Amino acid sequence: MTFNPFTLEGKIILVTGASSGIGKATAIACSKMGASVIITGRNVERLQETFNELEGVGHNQVIAELTDEDQLTKLAEMVPPLDGIVNNAGIGSKTPISFIKKTDLQTILDVNTIVPIMLTKNLLKKKKMKRGASMVFTSSISGICSVDIGNTLYSVSKSAIDGFMKNAAKELAEKGIRVNSVNPGMVNTKINEYSSVSEEDIQRDMANYPLKRYGNPEEIAYAIIYLLSDASAWVTGTALKIDGGYSL
Amino acid sequence: MDINEFLNHFTNLFDDTDASTLTPETNFRDLDEWSSLLALSTMSMIDEEYDVQLSAEQMRKANTINELYILTQAKI
Repeated sequence: MTFNPFTLEGKIILVTGASSGIGKATAIACSKMGASVIITGRNVERLQETFNELEGVGHNQVIAELTDEDQLTKLAEMVPPLDGIVNNAGIGSKTPISFIKKTDLQTILDVNTIVPIMLTKNLLKKKKMKRGASMVFTSSISGICSVDIGNTLYSVSKSAIDGFMKNAAKELAEKGIRVNSVNPGMVNTKINEYSSVSEEDIQRDMANYPLKRYGNPEEIAYAIIYLLSDASAWVTGTALKIDGGYSL
Repeated sequence: MDINEFLNHFTNLFDDTDASTLTPETNFRDLDEWSSLLALSTMSMIDEEYDVQLSAEQMRKANTINELYILTQAKI
């Protein structure tokens, strides 16, 4: 018997946005830690690719467009009582303030902010979060401590999520439910591939990281595992920065 | 789309640069006011006005306003 305070053995965990990036790495890592994982995403093929990489048995996949209220409600209805949820689905944006369009603002708030809040509401209302469950939001350093030119819409959506996270942590503590966020700096995922950013810009930006590189999805997944596991049983309302020292 | 209209949209992005000094042949990268925000704003302007998405790599090839105009025109 090996000592492992971070085990997810016997836990049922829902991961949204699992078809790529941090969500995919998280779903796979959770399965390797012994969890039964329910993954959701919009793209059939890519979600299947994630599903194929899950280790162990007892996993499920649900194709869902969570900005569609009916599909979001249905997801909350169909899942069994959960030990953990990782609200990970998200989109990015690179828009200077004077070019913000109301539709773009609505879209990013819808995906990054409203969906995780409404999914939380629905899961609670249907009593799908067990006592002792852990809710994790994939936010960003731009939600708590970092600003950048053109990043306003994304930052606004993530700031709102961190506001929600802290309030939910306080409100749900009496149900024994913990709520935290992970707040990565730049991670090598598709969400950060903008045509408006050149390779030269990336190299320059990377130099601003004391650890001299961007993060990898797995490095965020491991922090999420900590927050899902009983190792963090006394941690709630925390925004966990994972940024290679960027915000120092 | 013509160069004068394009020049007008482009000069509107600037606050401290005298618009009358900008011509199609101006090297915008030499302007004191040129910045990463203006680069991003230029891409956003071209997207908004002409529905053309220029990548940063494509934009790097342009130094004058006319070169930017030609790049944009080629993608309409």
